[in-house]
Amino acid sequence: MVIAMFNDAELRKRAWEVAASVVDPEIPVLTIADLGVLRDVTINEGRAEVTITPTYSGCPAMNMITLEIELALEREGFRDSKVRTVLSPAWTTDWMSEDGCRKLREYGIAPPQAASSRRALFGVEQVACPQCGSTDTEVLSEFGSTACKALWRCKTCREPFDYFKCH
Amino acid sequence: MATPSIHVSETPLVLYTLRRADDALILGHRLSEWCGHAPMLEEDMALANMGLDLLGQARELYSYAAQLEGKGNDEDKFAYLRDVRQYRNLLLLEQLNGDFARTMVRQFFHAVFADLYWRAMMKSGDATLAAIAAKSEKESAYHVRHSSEWIVRLGDGTDESHGRAQTAIDDLWAFTGEMFEVDDGERALIEAGIAVDPETLRPQWLKTISEIVSEATLSLPKSGWMQQGGRSGRHSEHLGHLLSELQSMQRTFPGGTW
Repeated sequence: MVIAMFNDAELRKRAWEVAASVVDPEIPVLTIADLGVLRDVTINEGRAEVTITPTYSGCPAMNMITLEIELALEREGFRDSKVRTVLSPAWTTDWMSEDGCRKLREYGIAPPQAASSRRALFGVEQVACPQCGSTDTEVLSEFGSTACKALWRCKTCREPFDYFKCH
Repeated sequence: MATPSIHVSETPLVLYTLRRADDALILGHRLSEWCGHAPMLEEDMALANMGLDLLGQARELYSYAAQLEGKGNDEDKFAYLRDVRQYRNLLLLEQLNGDFARTMVRQFFHAVFADLYWRAMMKSGDATLAAIAAKSEKESAYHVRHSSEWIVRLGDGTDESHGRAQTAIDDLWAFTGEMFEVDDGERALIEAGIAVDPETLRPQWLKTISEIVSEATLSLPKSGWMQQGGRSGRHSEHLGHLLSELQSMQRTFPGGTW
């Protein structure tokens, strides 16, 4: 792609599409657009500047995502792109797209519930099993294989499953 | 020869930010020491997860302190190239893990405070601290729930777990007063609307702690004497040992990277 042929609006649209297609290295069915991590893309003298919001403070995937965005833009002809991380407003699972929730479920991870339920002390969440749909489930551990997931088990089909925690 | 320590220009806001960053790093490091040693796999993952949350908070706070200071220091230099006396974390957080009950009581005392603190700090007049608070409070809600459940389970469990949890409460209680300590520099930040007066958090902290401890059939000590020193760099012997492990690579191979 020859960058010089496009105006800033077209470049921005293209850069957004490229950045939006980058996937989460831990959950490769989700793009960073599905996750709500991608906040903004601007064009400055032909260079793309992408703004993302971290999910969890210590999420190691954020470094990987930053690198993947830069590489994806480089492949599409954007030189010297920058990725900026902004903390505010703080990321919430409410930003996850409906399409993202569906893809998560199909991947075997129960999608997050509305974030308002997260403050319930001594867990009263009802999470449907992504395998069989039963809501007769129980939490095994609120801390799972990554910072964003909890470990649950379905009492109907007996399958353990990951639940994307609301945040 | 070992790398010398950095100099830090401690303006009140730099110091305030570093104190909270040190809290997160030191407690996060303590939790990481459980990795591979926890009583069961789920708990191993939980402790590592919470340690990771705290490490993330520490990184954001150190980076902000570096930006405020503007002297070329960064998150790594703050973590790896300061001596014991330059660390300003709460004494509670550097205490040894001990048995699982002791780790959970330490976690419980601090998580309940941190949760109230970060929620209040979301209204800080300092935009960056408010943003870090908005992220951290979501994580601390999980930390509170996790440790509260364990306090109840341990206290209302067997004689053995009850006894260990009660001993941990009695031993660590004297370190809780420091969470509510304020010096002149912080007082000015509180008056400027940047910092939260921890005294305003104390009633709710005590209420939550008392309720959970009571549900766990445990009791809080009556002693009013509280140990202080961490905020001004006077630490227990445990922090030096922790730092010698945390910093050994950078002190031995200055500037080494992966």
